[in-house]
Amino acid sequence: MNATKVLDAKGLACPMPVVRAKKAMDELQSGQVLEVHTTDKGAKNDLPAWAKASGHTMLDIKEDNGVLMFWIQKG
Amino acid sequence: MTQSKKKTTIILFSGDYDKAMAAYIIANGAAAYDHDVTIFHTFWGLNALRKEAPVPVQKGFLEKMFAKMMPRGADRMGLSRMNFAGIGPKLIKKVIKKHNAMPLPQLIEMAKEQGVKLVACQMTVDLLGLKPEELIDGVEFAGVAAYLADASEGNVNLFI
Repeated sequence: MNATKVLDAKGLACPMPVVRAKKAMDELQSGQVLEVHTTDKGAKNDLPAWAKASGHTMLDIKEDNGVLMFWIQKG
Repeated sequence: MTQSKKKTTIILFSGDYDKAMAAYIIANGAAAYDHDVTIFHTFWGLNALRKEAPVPVQKGFLEKMFAKMMPRGADRMGLSRMNFAGIGPKLIKKVIKKHNAMPLPQLIEMAKEQGVKLVACQMTVDLLGLKPEELIDGVEFAGVAAYLADASEGNVNLFI
């Protein structure tokens, strides 16, 4: 999937993945895609909830070797 | 953003490190949710806003006693459980580091960066004998009416 920006939030604990995602998203235009990598297990629920509440679309979530990957399209 | 933002208000009454940490994590999360966030510090929660270095100010005897007995700054606060006369906070800070979580002083710093409004309750500031210059920069002073104005429009209101 083509992401406009990749955010490496690996190793960060709550609330940092969401805080960083918000900061990264602020720099994108509507329709562009942010890819987030995190190792925080809570992010699996946190990022989709945040995306929904903030009007973004969660396009895909994948897990690979303990790393969660999210593709979020800016609303 | 022109549409009216959602609001989160938190009353931080507690002066415990762990409870303040919870308050500031929620505040930072809410700011990432694009909420207008206010933390209203009252009573022991005011200690989270104290500067770490002593500030030379004129105080009476009782005020001096309070100043001595209360923790000077977020990093010196104790735990609500398992404080073990000050060993608990050392242990929890070790665990925070291990898990790459953020210690309280940095959470406060980040909250300020994210535009969280930090309010000190003027009445309890006076009761505890604190002076405005003893608190970190960027703190507003207000009372119950200002808190209620924010809270009555609040989508999330917490008392910690």
